[in-house]
Amino acid sequence: MTLQTLLDHENTWPTRMGKAFLCERVVMRGKDLHHELGSWDWFKMYCFSITGREFTDNQLKLLNWIWLATSYPDPSIWPNHVAALVGTARSTSSMALVAGLAVSEASIYGRRPDRKAQDFFYRAGAAVDQGMTVEAFVDEEIRQKKTIYGYGRPLARMDERIPHTLKLVAELGLDQGRHLAIALKVYHYLKSTKGLSMNIAAINAALSADLGLSSEEHQLFLTLCFVAGMPPCYIDARDRPAGAFFPLRCDGIVYDGAPRRAW
Amino acid sequence: MSEATQPYISHIWAEEAEPDNPFEAKACYCHGYDVYGDLLGKAGWAESLYLLFRGERPSPAQGRVLEHLSVALMNRGPRDHSVRAAMNGGVGGSAAATSLMAALAVGAGQYGGAHEVFHAVNLWQTCGKDLAAWQTGLRALLDNKEVDIWLPIEHAPGFEPNGVSCPTPVRQTLAVLAAHTGDGALHWLGDNREALEALAGCPLAMTGVAAAALFDLGFTAEQAEMLFLLLRLPGAAVHALEQQALGWRKFPFIGSRVELQDDPGAMGVPTIEGLEP
Repeated sequence: MTLQTLLDHENTWPTRMGKAFLCERVVMRGKDLHHELGSWDWFKMYCFSITGREFTDNQLKLLNWIWLATSYPDPSIWPNHVAALVGTARSTSSMALVAGLAVSEASIYGRRPDRKAQDFFYRAGAAVDQGMTVEAFVDEEIRQKKTIYGYGRPLARMDERIPHTLKLVAELGLDQGRHLAIALKVYHYLKSTKGLSMNIAAINAALSADLGLSSEEHQLFLTLCFVAGMPPCYIDARDRPAGAFFPLRCDGIVYDGAPRRAW
Repeated sequence: MSEATQPYISHIWAEEAEPDNPFEAKACYCHGYDVYGDLLGKAGWAESLYLLFRGERPSPAQGRVLEHLSVALMNRGPRDHSVRAAMNGGVGGSAAATSLMAALAVGAGQYGGAHEVFHAVNLWQTCGKDLAAWQTGLRALLDNKEVDIWLPIEHAPGFEPNGVSCPTPVRQTLAVLAAHTGDGALHWLGDNREALEALAGCPLAMTGVAAAALFDLGFTAEQAEMLFLLLRLPGAAVHALEQQALGWRKFPFIGSRVELQDDPGAMGVPTIEGLEP
């Protein structure tokens, strides 16, 4: 990066990603949006926009399931709680979804564990290729990083999505990937040695790795995956009196800070 | 305690309820100070901000540094990516909050943004006023390719990889802030700027000055990241409002400068009787 970088880009943006020729046509990744992609369903087109790849029907059924299975219309879940607060505070519907999605890029759930879990499986696969056992790789990972994303789950022990997902991937013939096998092996090892459960981030990450998604593609794909749970939470709060979503009493805040003092 | 009655815990904020309404406060205490009964009318904005984040009132010098830094960051102008994002909201008549959300999203970044300040404050904590430690710390940071929601940082945080020399406003801000901080990071940065720039391979940026100032004031990297986000919002706000008032016809549109390199070519549009092209 230099001043020349800025000068070179000051007036031009050459791209192969796409362009809207307004009043005429739109091109996405080399294909005419309305002519060539117009017969696709939206979800397939979204996956194409992220990866430039055309996924098979069974792969799309799996990817669609990953979104569908995590659409929880429950306002106790933190991103949904934000959406409900938007409703009770009478802000706008779009902001309910956008704010909820923004906080979903979280550290103890959501996008950071998603991304780190997928990276773990890619690295585990590479280690196995070098002759290491999965168990030894897990031990080394815990020694270095103390955490393996995708194992253990805040507030709950059993992830109800996992059995449904494993059943579906078997039906779709997508259950033979090496990263899914590693994910299950890690689960059995951590279960027996540390009593840890597995959460859906591990399974989703392994399946995404088996589909060949990069780390960035994995995150971009999952960014919207909570969104369908949010409108019900926003609408519910919007339809009730303003401020009625779990109003907080003054003594609902327990203070443990500095004692009273004068400025 | 049951889930139904579990309270929020705070070491920052306490309230006493009005006698007739448990949901309205009669008094609010920030780190022990009565906000409306004592603080208000006595404490300035920067002092209050410092109290809120640090839990103690600042010394007069600390208050002045935060005050001056707030002025320096108040508006980085339309060239700043976060401000430009807000302008793209304003010009289309987006809701006020969404223009600021756009500014926050862009201004969060590792190039000229808050996560760059986060990294830079961490470097101050690790390297202090030791050039050799900075060399090691910078190398370790730039070599870190661990996968995360944040991409690996591409340049020395606090420095401008596209720069030629340290811009005048950056040097002016550093000089004003350093005058209030004794022998802290700002003062050392002023004395060693060119040596640090040589290590970084590029000139000092405003993010670097802000990081040094926030480190001198005792803020953690996480607190500094938050403050760098919020202190730039005034500029984003006014430029969004300005573009909304000016209107879209006076706003640059880059469409003609986007050059498609794999154009499949025009395929036409359906002809619909009665619908004119």
